[in-house]
Amino acid sequence: METLITAFFNLGILRETAPYLWAGFKMSALLTLVVVPLGIAGGLAVALIARTAFRPLRWLVVFYVDFFRAFPPLVLLMFIAFGLPFTGLDLPAFVSVALAFFLNTSSYYGEIFRAGIESIPRGQFEAARSTGLGAAQTMAYVIVPQATRNVIPDLISNTLEVVKLTSIASVVALPELLYAARQAQSITYNATPIIAAGIIYLVCLWPLVRLLSRFEHRQIALH
Amino acid sequence: MILDVAGLHKSFGDLEVLKGIDLKVAERELVFVIGPSGSGKSTLLRCCNRLEEPTSGSIRVEGVDIMAPGVDINAVRRRIGMVFQSFNLYPHLNALGNVTLALRKVLKKAKAEADDIGMRALVRVGLGDKAKAYPNELSGGQQQRVAIARALALEPSIMLFDEPTSALDPELVGGVLAVMRQMRESGMTMVVVSHEMRFARGAADRVVFMDQGRVLEEGPPEKIFNEPEHARIKEFIASLNG
Amino acid sequence: MGKFAQTFLNWEVMAQYAPKILEGFWVTVQLALAVVIAGIATGLVLALARSFRVKALNLLIVAFVDVLRAVPPLVLIIILYFALPTVGVRMSGFVSTWLALSAILASFAEEIFWAGMLAVPHGQWEAARSTGLSFLQAMRFVVLPQAVRITIPPLTNRTIAITKGTALGAVVAVGEILYQAQSAYSFSYNPSPLTLGAVAYLILFIPVVWFGRWVETRFAWKR
Ligand SMILES: Nc1ncnc2c1ncn2[C@@H]1O[C@H](COP(=O)(O)OP(=O)(O)O)[C@@H](O)[C@H]1O
Ligand SMILES: [Mg+2]
Repeated sequence: METLITAFFNLGILRETAPYLWAGFKMSALLTLVVVPLGIAGGLAVALIARTAFRPLRWLVVFYVDFFRAFPPLVLLMFIAFGLPFTGLDLPAFVSVALAFFLNTSSYYGEIFRAGIESIPRGQFEAARSTGLGAAQTMAYVIVPQATRNVIPDLISNTLEVVKLTSIASVVALPELLYAARQAQSITYNATPIIAAGIIYLVCLWPLVRLLSRFEHRQIALH
Repeated sequence: MILDVAGLHKSFGDLEVLKGIDLKVAERELVFVIGPSGSGKSTLLRCCNRLEEPTSGSIRVEGVDIMAPGVDINAVRRRIGMVFQSFNLYPHLNALGNVTLALRKVLKKAKAEADDIGMRALVRVGLGDKAKAYPNELSGGQQQRVAIARALALEPSIMLFDEPTSALDPELVGGVLAVMRQMRESGMTMVVVSHEMRFARGAADRVVFMDQGRVLEEGPPEKIFNEPEHARIKEFIASLNG
Repeated sequence: MGKFAQTFLNWEVMAQYAPKILEGFWVTVQLALAVVIAGIATGLVLALARSFRVKALNLLIVAFVDVLRAVPPLVLIIILYFALPTVGVRMSGFVSTWLALSAILASFAEEIFWAGMLAVPHGQWEAARSTGLSFLQAMRFVVLPQAVRITIPPLTNRTIAITKGTALGAVVAVGEILYQAQSAYSFSYNPSPLTLGAVAYLILFIPVVWFGRWVETRFAWKR
């Protein structure tokens, strides 16, 4: 027990490394705040383009979605972070990470919005068009608001995954929470910072997990 | 003529659903359309505001050829009110929001003015007190009246009704028909697809019987209902009453 | 264009490292299969255990599920691989990745199975039993088919997403595709092995993504 506490819950180490972890936490939060809205906007765009009458464009979108869903995000991230500099495009780590996340998450959010839009009955389009609303107006004021509402649990669930996924940015040395924790560990030779990072994730995301679990049971019970 | 349909054909793939329809509707006229299920009644109405794209033929609304290239179809649609069997209210907006959406986004009216017009439309259908209610808080009959108000608020020159009472419980039908009757009295031009024969006898100027994508016979209600030329129509009407 | 090909599609480099990537391919396949089997089996066991409705046990299961849904996979892997040794528990990178991903999949699978069991309304049981079906017959012909329909699409999607997490093993030196590609890249200082690795992932996962799509349409509820 004693060893466990010294190894994992060492308050002295925690106090010493807290500033690192705090900086890492802020970076993770910033990354989340950039990556989630971008992904949602991209996903919405993907879902809307997937509905255009122009077939080649639709195929292109399906290809885009499947392509980036097939890539493990870490592979995509490494490819961008290590590969792009060879093209002469030396992006800052934060930008590479944001780009990789955009490609990955917009595919997932896109699938969610697509399903949401498909769940809206045809009558809603027809009613809107019959009052003279244009195609874009119908989407903006009638279809997308309803579609979004129908897929809120899926959006939250995916957002939870995205927030967790930001931890892979540590692999390309973006100083977010996990990276800071590992640095702190290698300096102190103590695992407390890593455990602390795990606990920080747990504390921040647990409410979301509870909320989702409630949603999921209710949603299925409605069938 | 408010509405002038000539030689209208519509096919879905190999299936020819409308096989040359001619239909003229004059101002302030109420034309009642009946016919067996699948005869093309809904398709006809939906072609009139190009929710379905006609295969051939011409459709004029207030003299404007709505099939002409370059026609502003959204402007045309706003002049043609449409009421659906399944109401199709927007579930995320309350009654007033349903009525004012097109006022604000198509006619670009300011919120206050749109709300004002919307409230008057809701009062006309007897739902002034339900402006803040969401569709799922309204009965079927009330929902359909909101849908009518949504179309009315745009001051259309003609209203198309596609079986407006078919999805309603019997006790709710009367309220919707009363609103339609009152619209008729105030001079609205209407095309009504319905099975409500009693309403037709009292309110219709003309009854059109459709069968297999064609107009089989048309005339005043007494004639079509009591002494049609086609035995087919007699059978159909008997089946409705039976 | 020639320079681009030289950089990203350098045949020489690719030919040199292709055997390594292939080796990684099989490691990825093994790891993925091990995760799927252990994760789904554990999830099913947990869901069944939960259906006995023993309060303490259920609390434990919910806690397990919540923790694993809230903590990022990479953090778990790093705790298993880098933190546990400090208290004398050592495991290979392969085992820590397998353990972390299996536990995560198990927690998702438990939730999905449990929700599926709850989703079949009691009236279905009553209707089935009232026509003289035995408990087992009612289970087999009425309840299970409905529960499975609800369960399969989300389970498939989750499984696919988590399986892609095998790439995280690269961080703890599991010799899977990404690890091989990355070390080849650092030896040759040419990103072609990364391209090769990316292609290997696409070969592995595009069919899986398509399978997921097929499952979704196959089991879609007619609303
Ligand atoms: N979008 C469509 N695609 C294919 N067939 C259609 C479509 N809409 C209607 N139909 C067919 O057209 C025929 C006429 O339909 P409809 O106009 O709805 O008849 P009614 O309203 O008189 O019952 C039916 O056979 C129907 O199956
Ligand atoms: Mg119809």
